[in-house]
Amino acid sequence: MNWLWQLLQRLRSSFSNAEADRDLDAEMESHLAMAIEENMKRGMSEQEAWRQARIQFGGLEQAKQQQREARGFQGLDILWLDLRYAFRTMRRDPVFTCVAILILTMGIGANIAVFSVVNTLMLRPLPFQDSQQLVWIAGLPGKGGLSSETYSTDAYKQFLSQQQSFQDVTGYFAFSTSDNTRLIEHGEPVPLSGVAVVGNFFQTMGVKPILGRLFTAEECRKNGPPVTLLSYQFWQRHFAADPNIVGQSINLDNRSVTVIGVLPETFDFGSVFSPGAKIELYGPAILEDMEDWGNTLSFVGRLKPGVTIARAQAEANLLFPKFLFSFKHPGWGGNYTGQLTALKEYVSGKLRRSLIVLWCAVGLILLIVCVNLSNLLLARAAARSKEFAMRSALGAGRGRLVRQLLTESLVLSAIGAVLGLALAYGTTFYLAHQGSIALPLLSSVRVDSAALIWTLLITVATAVIFGLAPGLKMSSKNLQEALKDSGQGMSEGKKHERLRAALVISELALACVLLVGAGLLLHSFLRVLDVDLGFEPSRRAAIKVEFADGDGNKRGVVLSEMLQRIVAVPGIEAAGISDNLPLDMNRSWGLSAKGKQYQKGELPATFVYVATPGYLNVMGIRLLAGRDLSWQDGEKSEPVVIINQTAARYLWPGEDPIGKIALVNGKDTRVIGLIADVRESSAETIPGWQMYLPITQAGPVGAQLVVRTKLPPAALASSVLTTLRSMNPAQPAREFRPIQQIVDHATSPRRFFVVLVSIFATLGLVLASLGIYGVISYSVTRQTQEIGIRMALGATVVRVQMDVIWKTLRMALIGIVLGAAASFAMARGITSLLFAVQPNDPPTFTSTIVLLTAVAIVAGYVPARRAARINPMTALRNS
Amino acid sequence: MSDSKLDLLQGTLDLMVLQTLASMGSLHGYGIARRIEQVSGNEVLLNQGTIYASLVRLQERGWISAEWGTSDNNRKAKFYSITKKGRKQLAEDAEYWQRLSSVMGRVLTMQGEDK
Repeated sequence: MNWLWQLLQRLRSSFSNAEADRDLDAEMESHLAMAIEENMKRGMSEQEAWRQARIQFGGLEQAKQQQREARGFQGLDILWLDLRYAFRTMRRDPVFTCVAILILTMGIGANIAVFSVVNTLMLRPLPFQDSQQLVWIAGLPGKGGLSSETYSTDAYKQFLSQQQSFQDVTGYFAFSTSDNTRLIEHGEPVPLSGVAVVGNFFQTMGVKPILGRLFTAEECRKNGPPVTLLSYQFWQRHFAADPNIVGQSINLDNRSVTVIGVLPETFDFGSVFSPGAKIELYGPAILEDMEDWGNTLSFVGRLKPGVTIARAQAEANLLFPKFLFSFKHPGWGGNYTGQLTALKEYVSGKLRRSLIVLWCAVGLILLIVCVNLSNLLLARAAARSKEFAMRSALGAGRGRLVRQLLTESLVLSAIGAVLGLALAYGTTFYLAHQGSIALPLLSSVRVDSAALIWTLLITVATAVIFGLAPGLKMSSKNLQEALKDSGQGMSEGKKHERLRAALVISELALACVLLVGAGLLLHSFLRVLDVDLGFEPSRRAAIKVEFADGDGNKRGVVLSEMLQRIVAVPGIEAAGISDNLPLDMNRSWGLSAKGKQYQKGELPATFVYVATPGYLNVMGIRLLAGRDLSWQDGEKSEPVVIINQTAARYLWPGEDPIGKIALVNGKDTRVIGLIADVRESSAETIPGWQMYLPITQAGPVGAQLVVRTKLPPAALASSVLTTLRSMNPAQPAREFRPIQQIVDHATSPRRFFVVLVSIFATLGLVLASLGIYGVISYSVTRQTQEIGIRMALGATVVRVQMDVIWKTLRMALIGIVLGAAASFAMARGITSLLFAVQPNDPPTFTSTIVLLTAVAIVAGYVPARRAARINPMTALRNS
Repeated sequence: MSDSKLDLLQGTLDLMVLQTLASMGSLHGYGIARRIEQVSGNEVLLNQGTIYASLVRLQERGWISAEWGTSDNNRKAKFYSITKKGRKQLAEDAEYWQRLSSVMGRVLTMQGEDK
């Protein structure tokens, strides 16, 4: 402990230098005063006494300095010296300093921001207590969308009572749509998004309310008292964080509902279970009411301590196939499967590869930044070699010189890190408040302590990487050589130049890898945008409408009237209604051909849309054969259905499906139309089976009014709302969602990665071109005399120019060849992220090579022109 | 100052300060310097100022402690006193010096066999 005590003492005295100095001054003053006093007592004159005292004391300043050295902390003092020197050097060369700091800020900032995203989505556990115990339970993802991955309430009861692996199992209503509730106060109704969760949901997730309490058993029963929990954000925004909100009643959809609590800020249902959605209200799912709704619950379980997922899975494999779909209809097989996934894996597992790619890309950027700075420092090192030779001649050891240089690079990267942190704070704030990116947990992305540690790590690593090579290079120089080499008349030593060329080549190779990666992802993204969605997203917008249809028998009348009034609104070309929109929510029912036998589980579930006549036309969904739905298809007339090609091809292979009788949920239904496939779940997955039923014959879940218009939808909102309110005054104020926005939302994760990787690639390209320019430009400057002599001896301007450009190209080509080879390997690694693009995609590789070559030529051309304009006379006279 | 005064070896001043404080109790810098000069019979070449480097060194090692106080003739001064740790150190160092000086004495008084 002794050395620690000493260290602390020394550190303390280093930091309290001024105070210690004052103390020492006072002490020495009193020393001298005592000495003078004693001398005078011995009979000396005052002047003599003072003189003698000073002689006895010795050099005042020397004594002070000695004492300072004895108390100070040598390393710290040197560091202080080095820091001061570093700042002075930086001030002397402001252009270099600014460029270096700018580059470092971008490199480090991008790294912190990406780390924060990766950390939140991939590394950090989910924001729940003991989140590693949480398990997502779902049916095997088939072609049935959400309906085949969810369970009935009776299945939930069976699972809850029979399972032994879980502490508890909970669930939520998986078919909630956004804006499904209206808060009625004075003025216009406020649309809100609520979700119904099974009573034990929050206990199972380990979420405690910050105010109030969770649901009681009574509140989860049929006809129990209506209650709701508020999200933290909604409580803040709408109720101004009123601490007395608990116990108050609010009017939701004309029902008086009691607020029983407020959930913590960290709990964001949307970001975990439904990326991009904002949930404001949580109500208890009344299981008895939901018995006849079919498969509506998504399951989440919390494993007992010590139970592995594999063990729970083995249990689930035995249990799930035996579950009944409904106790009332024991004959209806449930056909359930239960696939267990760690909740974390479910939430972000699909993104892992993309995130790793992103992380690598940003790491490459930092590497390029380092190489670039290394290069810049080397160029400066040459200019400073005399200074260093001098210092070395004066006795500075090699270690001391390297230390000085490393301090300089550390100062640079520290400044870059501070600015980079600001950049990262801005970026993460922006990302966290982006509702339009469907990435899970994105709203909780922020620069946290882990990110700060990461920052520290990369800052030091960066400084060492870019500072060490020039440092060693510079200090290893033999003195004589340094003094000779820096003589103005000489060209720079070959060794020095070769190192710089190697750095530029590696920079180009790295940039090449980045560009190819970005190019492949971009090409994939373009392919995704090019996909035939089966509908037209542009110039269409949807708004959720509410209507009173009096138990369904008036639905046709009400809705046809509504559509007539809407079409009459100026600017609207056509209108239609469907309960679900493609790439948005979905549900599925059974569809089969009547009279044919199918094996159990042979047929996929079919996406079902309940729509009005004209909806297909409005959406631009292509009717290939047969007719559209009609208002004449009423309750009393024959049930009809329109199916898509994929379903038709399987059910009636080689036959015309029009006029055939299909079984829709067991009911005889005539096929009246055939439509082209629509991408219903994602732009990237092959469409499943789809059917459209008339809204006059089947029950819709909500209603989305879609209009086709040339005007911006926002301009129409007020007139459309007025029209809707003329029919139903309770219609809440909602915004139009352009259909394009729904498509963008569905492709947003890919867009997110493409945009980021492209930014990094551009940055890499800029840095690499700066690197080439720097090296070539510098070598031209160094060779001014040489070029002058050559021109004096008869070299033409073109010849000189070509020489410089050729030198550039040679470096560029080596870099590109190496980079292309590395890119092949990299491309194979990201194959799974590509869509309809081969990893060796020739357009991408070709354009990257062309681009890099072009950039290299431009970067070389500027100094080449300068070289050509050298006036031999001036150049020679200058020496 | 005559040339015949003794130049102090590294570390000897520290030991002298410790010994002075051990025998005299609490003392200020001037007092310590004067005391050493007196005891050495003015034979040591001591710039009084150098005592302060030694004092701060000893203080950092925890061998002495310091406190501002008032001297006999009512002057503000920093008083130093030896700590327990310092006494232990002093005992060790004194023994070392005694051994060294006796060895040095023997070596330097060595007589040639054949003389």
